[in-house]
Amino acid sequence: MSPAIQLSAINKSFGEVHANKDVNLVVERGTIHGIVGENGAGKSTLMSILYGFYEADSGEIQVGGKPVAIRSPADAIHVGIGMVHQHFMLVEPLTVVENVMLGAEGGVLLRGGEAKVRAELARLSRDYGLEIDVNATVGDLSVGLQQRVEILKALYRGADILILDEPTAVLTPPEADALFELLRALKEQGKTVILITHKLREIMAITDRVSVMRRGEMVATVETANTSPPELAELMVGRRVLLRVEKEERTPGVPLLEVENLSVIDHRGVQRVADVSLTVRAGEIVGIAGVAGNGQSELLEALAGMRQPVVGTMRFGGQEIRFSEHNPHRMRQLGLLHVPEDRLRMGLVPAFQAFESAVLGFTDEPQLGRGPILDHDRMVADLAAKMEHYDVRPPAPRLKTSKFSGGNQQKIVLAREIERSPKVLLVGQPTRGVDIGAIEFIHRRLIALRDAGVGILLVSVELDEIMNLSDRILTMCGGHITGERKASETNEQDLGLLMAGVTDEAA
Amino acid sequence: MSAPIDLPKWADTIVVPAVSVVAAFLVAGLVVLSIGENPLTATRWLLQGSLGTGEGLGFTLFYMTDFIFVGLAVAVAYHAGLFNIGGEGQATLAGLGVALVLNNLTFLPGFLLIPLGILGAAAFGAAWAAIPGYLQAKRGSHIVITTIMFNWLASVLIVYLLVNVLREPQSMNPETRAFPEQSYIPFMHDALAVFGIKVPASQLNLTLFLALAACYGVWLLIYRSRLGYAIRVVGSNPTAAVYAGISPARVIVIAMVISGALAGGLAVNELMGYQHRLLLEFTAGYGFVGIAVALMGRAHPVGIILASLLFGILYQGGAELAFEQPAITRDMVVVIGGIIILFAGALDGLFRRLVARMLMRSSMARA
Repeated sequence: MSPAIQLSAINKSFGEVHANKDVNLVVERGTIHGIVGENGAGKSTLMSILYGFYEADSGEIQVGGKPVAIRSPADAIHVGIGMVHQHFMLVEPLTVVENVMLGAEGGVLLRGGEAKVRAELARLSRDYGLEIDVNATVGDLSVGLQQRVEILKALYRGADILILDEPTAVLTPPEADALFELLRALKEQGKTVILITHKLREIMAITDRVSVMRRGEMVATVETANTSPPELAELMVGRRVLLRVEKEERTPGVPLLEVENLSVIDHRGVQRVADVSLTVRAGEIVGIAGVAGNGQSELLEALAGMRQPVVGTMRFGGQEIRFSEHNPHRMRQLGLLHVPEDRLRMGLVPAFQAFESAVLGFTDEPQLGRGPILDHDRMVADLAAKMEHYDVRPPAPRLKTSKFSGGNQQKIVLAREIERSPKVLLVGQPTRGVDIGAIEFIHRRLIALRDAGVGILLVSVELDEIMNLSDRILTMCGGHITGERKASETNEQDLGLLMAGVTDEAA
Repeated sequence: MSAPIDLPKWADTIVVPAVSVVAAFLVAGLVVLSIGENPLTATRWLLQGSLGTGEGLGFTLFYMTDFIFVGLAVAVAYHAGLFNIGGEGQATLAGLGVALVLNNLTFLPGFLLIPLGILGAAAFGAAWAAIPGYLQAKRGSHIVITTIMFNWLASVLIVYLLVNVLREPQSMNPETRAFPEQSYIPFMHDALAVFGIKVPASQLNLTLFLALAACYGVWLLIYRSRLGYAIRVVGSNPTAAVYAGISPARVIVIAMVISGALAGGLAVNELMGYQHRLLLEFTAGYGFVGIAVALMGRAHPVGIILASLLFGILYQGGAELAFEQPAITRDMVVVIGGIIILFAGALDGLFRRLVARMLMRSSMARA
């Protein structure tokens, strides 16, 4: 039997960037095939070529043994390829049925088409155990169910090959498990699944075969049963990496940051943080686990002084922070520094030269210049030293910030905050979009900082990261703190339930 | 999907504007050709009239002085992410400031009166810009709309004041009485004559040096100062500004104040340097030219000097051209200016793409 997909010698360049170099890929029918690689390794480009967003400069695509030309997503759907994007392409105010029939309405009047869609959806639900209320408004569904609608959309359009791009990034662990069940069911029915992810754990759990990309090239395709996470990581990075940073038990010191009954309401009047109390002590890492969008971002911003909480008290080093002095500037002076979640929108100015981004938030420091004028030579020299220290590549302080890779940008932010000796460091998504090699480095830095007596509040949607780094873990759901665990006494299932809002009392 | 076009700095600051200007002149040449005139002769008159004679050069540099001020005004606001269309109104009000200071403090000696007049211009221009700035910062009223409205308000206000309040009773003209003589900023030909250098008489006065000093000052402010840093952060990444503890509202007001003060330089050059009285419509639409100048000059002081020179040549040479070749009317010259603005501002993206593609091809050919 011919393979579901065969890509031969695919090349694609964007300007001087050779995003795909002679890529070959064979995906067997009825398998789950993982594709892993660091950011910028060319996974997304390859899948975009397969789904018709880009056209390859050269190379051949065969689907089911026949060469095909895929110039647009419509062509891809035509040959039976469906894609579930990381960011859903759904119309929230419409129902599930309406979303599925979108683009396939079947005529001017909806009624005929709708009946057909309902019948087909009922069949699909039966065949794959995809339970869903087809009359529900999509906006009211949980993220996991919305993803299901995306999958249904693809199946309704006759997809035999399903591409999923980082499907678990927005899911709670139980939702991810449910997705994997579904993918297995699809496989049973003979469908082919391509799974793009950077979570090696998922690759090991669900795929049959895995392909590794590095710098635009396909470096290996292996049977999942014959490989291991460390081996995959090594293939991705090109050198040995430590996936788990060692840390010793420490006894935390005095409370540095104490927050009681903090609530935050956003500009639309929606309550984002509800009655949160927490304490960060010297020399400990407190992790906040939660699915993205459950109030962690707003909590961090409120603590950093970027948002005014509506109620609540905050003490720093035992001193109460008054509302009037609750601003980023004052918090920095007190020693509460902040590595923000979104480095490009907040932590850096992409259009600035790196040495300018490297003083964001600190331009009033007297030693940075004379009077109102900044001393650029000095700023450049400062950053050059930090770049060496943090292994930022290329070590070019005058290069535009946006020209650095995600990991190197993150190192510039970290260097800026850490080298100013914080008492408490707020850290949001420290390794989002960061290469595995840099993750190891960043984790080591954070542990070293904690060992030096700094209190760290870590927000991350990567459960592995939270569990690896934290001494204590709080879970957040819907703006509330739903539980607290010692990192050494919990596991993923336990945290997953708390993240889904199943609290100790309810359980 | 369109990726942002990344060009090396030299290409972005020199090649792209140069290509724009050449293209604009080619199209303008076609327009000249279409009315049956020879574009080459026209170009010769344009250059001859603006650069070929000492007098012509003087006028060119006089216009350039105007354009530098309004160009800088637009540029400073632009760095804060604001599109200040109100240079015209701000300069008009600055003229009022000049007149009020000079005609009320006639007893002061020149070395005091001239700086005070300049300060008056800056203060009135700044205040007129501060209001739209405040409305943008605190109320979210769009600065483009409010500054346009403030241009109209300024023009109506100045007519009212000149007709009803400031006019000399015995005069029929809507203008103030002449400023006291010690407040005149010296003409360049007079100033150079002191050193025994003879140049032909023109409107060009020492305000040119103030304009060049303002260029240096703006460069220092925007690219080297702590305040300029904050302005640029607000302009290119407002969320990062909040993160950094910079108040975007405060920076917006400050940037508009500086912008309005710079627009006031136009009043200094025109009134204190040349007209020596406040009269109607002395701004002559130069405030709008400032937008084109700033866009073409990439909001950088050096670029603004070059763009101002270009527009100075166009204004002075255009006047000569209309005189020498009557078929090419004053309106025609405005059309040519408009084409340049179109190419340098609106169609800029077109050439960025083209230049980027050419560069890429040549770098590939080398590889």
